[in-house]
Amino acid sequence: MTQPVLSVRDLEVEFVTRRATLRAINGVSFDIAKGEVLGVVGESGAGKSVTGLAVIGLIDPPGRISGGEIQLSGTRIDHLPPEQIRRIRGKRIGMIFQDPLTSLNPLYRIGDQIVETIRTHTSLSESAARRRAIDLLAEVGIPAPEKRIDGYPHEFSGGMRQRVVIALAICAEPELIIADEPTTALDVSVQAQIIALIKRLGRDHGTAVMLVTHDMGVIAETCDRVAVMYSGRIAEIGPVQEVVRNPLHPYAKGLMGAIPTLAGDDKRLVQIPGAMPRLSAIPPGCPFNPRCALAFDRCRVERPEPIRQGTQSVACHLFEPAKETAA
Amino acid sequence: MSEAVVPHPGEDGAQPSRANAGWFRRALDSDIFHSFRRSKLTMLAALITLLFFLIAIFASWLAVQNPFDPSQLQLLNSRIPPLWTADGQSPFLLGTDEQGRDVLSGILYGLRISLAVGVLGVVFSGLLGIGLGLVAGYFGGPVDSVIMRIADVQLTFPAILIALLVNGVAKSLLGNRLDEWSMLGVLVLAIGLSFWVQYARTVRGSVMVEKSKDYVAAAQLIGLPAPKIMLRHVLPNTTGPILVIATINLALAIITEATLSFLGSGMPDTMPSLGTLIRIGNNYLFAGEWWIVAFPGVALAGLILSINLLGDWLRDALNPKLR
Amino acid sequence: MLAFTLRRAVQAIGVMLAVGVIAFAMFRFAGDPVNQMVSIDTSAAERASIRQSLGLDDPVLVQFGRYFINALQFKFGVSYQFRLPVSSLLAERMPATLELAICATLFAMVCGILMGVYSALRRDTVLARLFQAVSLIGISLPTFLIGILLIYLFAVTLGWLPSFGRGEVVKLGWWSTGLLTISGLKALIMPSITLGLFQMTLIMRLVRAEMLEVLRTDYIRFARARGLTTRAIHFGHALKNTLVPVITVAGLQFGSVIAFSIITETVFQWPGMGLLFVQAVQNVDIPIMAAYLLMVSLIFVTINLVVDVLYTVVDPRLRATVGRAS
Repeated sequence: MTQPVLSVRDLEVEFVTRRATLRAINGVSFDIAKGEVLGVVGESGAGKSVTGLAVIGLIDPPGRISGGEIQLSGTRIDHLPPEQIRRIRGKRIGMIFQDPLTSLNPLYRIGDQIVETIRTHTSLSESAARRRAIDLLAEVGIPAPEKRIDGYPHEFSGGMRQRVVIALAICAEPELIIADEPTTALDVSVQAQIIALIKRLGRDHGTAVMLVTHDMGVIAETCDRVAVMYSGRIAEIGPVQEVVRNPLHPYAKGLMGAIPTLAGDDKRLVQIPGAMPRLSAIPPGCPFNPRCALAFDRCRVERPEPIRQGTQSVACHLFEPAKETAA
Repeated sequence: MSEAVVPHPGEDGAQPSRANAGWFRRALDSDIFHSFRRSKLTMLAALITLLFFLIAIFASWLAVQNPFDPSQLQLLNSRIPPLWTADGQSPFLLGTDEQGRDVLSGILYGLRISLAVGVLGVVFSGLLGIGLGLVAGYFGGPVDSVIMRIADVQLTFPAILIALLVNGVAKSLLGNRLDEWSMLGVLVLAIGLSFWVQYARTVRGSVMVEKSKDYVAAAQLIGLPAPKIMLRHVLPNTTGPILVIATINLALAIITEATLSFLGSGMPDTMPSLGTLIRIGNNYLFAGEWWIVAFPGVALAGLILSINLLGDWLRDALNPKLR
Repeated sequence: MLAFTLRRAVQAIGVMLAVGVIAFAMFRFAGDPVNQMVSIDTSAAERASIRQSLGLDDPVLVQFGRYFINALQFKFGVSYQFRLPVSSLLAERMPATLELAICATLFAMVCGILMGVYSALRRDTVLARLFQAVSLIGISLPTFLIGILLIYLFAVTLGWLPSFGRGEVVKLGWWSTGLLTISGLKALIMPSITLGLFQMTLIMRLVRAEMLEVLRTDYIRFARARGLTTRAIHFGHALKNTLVPVITVAGLQFGSVIAFSIITETVFQWPGMGLLFVQAVQNVDIPIMAAYLLMVSLIFVTINLVVDVLYTVVDPRLRATVGRAS
């Protein structure tokens, strides 16, 4: 196998507050290959967005990466000094945020914002950067880009703004795009277009994409592989068809059960009882155990490690091969 | 405005449930009390403010003379420097002024005048503002627009200008009948008329919010007096913000009074406030008699600083959004 | 845009009319103009004829109309103290006040913005904390105390700067300026600082709060995710977004600066409109008080109008909403 674009190993992120140190990410590992789209799903607060921010080096104090390793095309990037990680952001890793309405500076023309970004990362001249900006706007599907380039953000609709944001994320041809809930704030009709655009760009440029969302529909439609996160850990990761059709982890099962399907209308949507624990009150053992119908004694004391099951990997004691553990 | 109204209930619930704790325990455990205890500076400010009030109340027991009583002043004792300097004389700890007035006694009595004008001015402006705010909010329509337009216009003018104008007009109308006590009244009036707008806006906003709620319509439907019921909701809701405004305005009112007196349009020399004392002392600064102006100045600055610190803390504690 | 400007202009005229009514009421009812103009031994008949000649027997509305028309031509009557037309007194004093107010505002804005930006970006440094402390003291110290303190330090003790007056002034037409002579500039330093200090703390606190707010916004986070340099983010994006509201406030504050100059002018015996006004209040010189009120209101209202219109020019979002509304 060729080297993955992004490789995350045992990532830990902590937030130090006056009361306690909260661990938002606890031992997360995954890879994304060139041209691959990895979906990251989970409830709010599961650590999806924090993982994305950690990769791009935007965890603000009091948060910090407290363990593990992040490699971009084989180079370790999690411990780089701020100036070097800054040069990677926007150039080698592009980021798309949730709300296009607030992602653009309202006082600057969108062209100026794109040109500024291009010129930060390349040695293009002002006019060359402007020509490139027009090309980019055309590529992300903005009509009459040579005119719209001088518009202010408020003159664009939400979907169009998200296209501008995407243009900004890809303007230095990054190896990796992190899209943090890129469609959540958009109208349903526009969501599909934006997802299609991200998918197309990933395919055309061979860019790896990390797509953070809580929308299983988007995942099923877009991603090659999917990681299900719960309480700062990856509960299950694997090819999207497998995970959707045959989820192994009880939490993933619940999550898939929560997708409405057009066909099976005799079944009621399955709900997972309870709510995800707060960071300050994660139970010992498997964090899902209080809500898990299949939990047994071991789940309450010992934290499950990821176990390979075919193409999938699942962190659940149910799949432990029968052997004695030292703990 | 309404989100600023209710004190922040408690922190994020990481602590065990406090359902059984009594009201008093809850109060001790609340954010307000917590942040108060945490901030040493605030506690110090509260202590100093309290001290100032106590000093003002007990001025006549603490002072070595009554500086308002001309018969107690002796020109022989004029311009004595503070006690710790070479020429200091007992009992004039902080020295004396031109008329032989003990500076410390002057400060003690002046503090009393400054605080009285400040507190009365704040109470007056508060009552005026709350009243007008209730009226504007409840009646709405033209009454509301007239009151709020006046408020808008007035808000663009600095309070000191309004206070000076009220003062000048009062002087013109009352002429020679203006003695010390009526001057005090004029100052309270001037300050009250300068600072009512913020209260009115806050209360009006809260009334507008309450008015649209269902219980008001319900109350009217079953024949209960809606205004009375609304008042019972509006006043508790606005207590927090009004307290903050009043605290910050107390500092402003004291500054305004001191400024008017300093400009010669406030308390007369025969019944000086801190501002008057500073004006008098300012004339002797060039002669090197710094103590006549310095000590009243320090007292005034200390008083205002402590009240402002309290006000700042109160505002932050009652409005978590601003933190 | 035009409709918006017009609407604001109509509002401004409404405010001026209201202030005009107050000024007239003061002029007419707070103190008898005749009593102020005559001596004790003037006979009743003479008084009556003066009343007649001043038109004080006409209906109130007629009198208000006359006052209003005169005020439009900057005729505010005659000062009781100086026996001179109020308008010429004001015109003579205005340059001093405006020069002081402009210098104070410049001082406040330059220092306030620098200190505010610094304390927002370097929040936990000693200097930032010092600025915060200074700002609290600046808000708590009454203007006149600051003036007295400065005089004691720099005029009485050190003897570096003059303690009162404008120094030498140069006449440029009817405008007298202290900006062209060394002594004039020296005389301007302490009053400008005294007058500007309060605004400076205000601007500093505002800049700090706004900047912290802006730094938390999504577009700043996105700018960081785009890999822009810290410098470009702080001084390109954040500062520009911070300064829009700050400049509005600072502009609106210019009117307050003129009004607050009353205090500074008294402390430094600065021969401006404020000093004239304070003397008028002390001596119950109602025509000057009324005229000062009108002049300051006019300045206020004009600034408000200009700032409102300018604001829409600076902020493209507002330009759009205003354009849609009109």
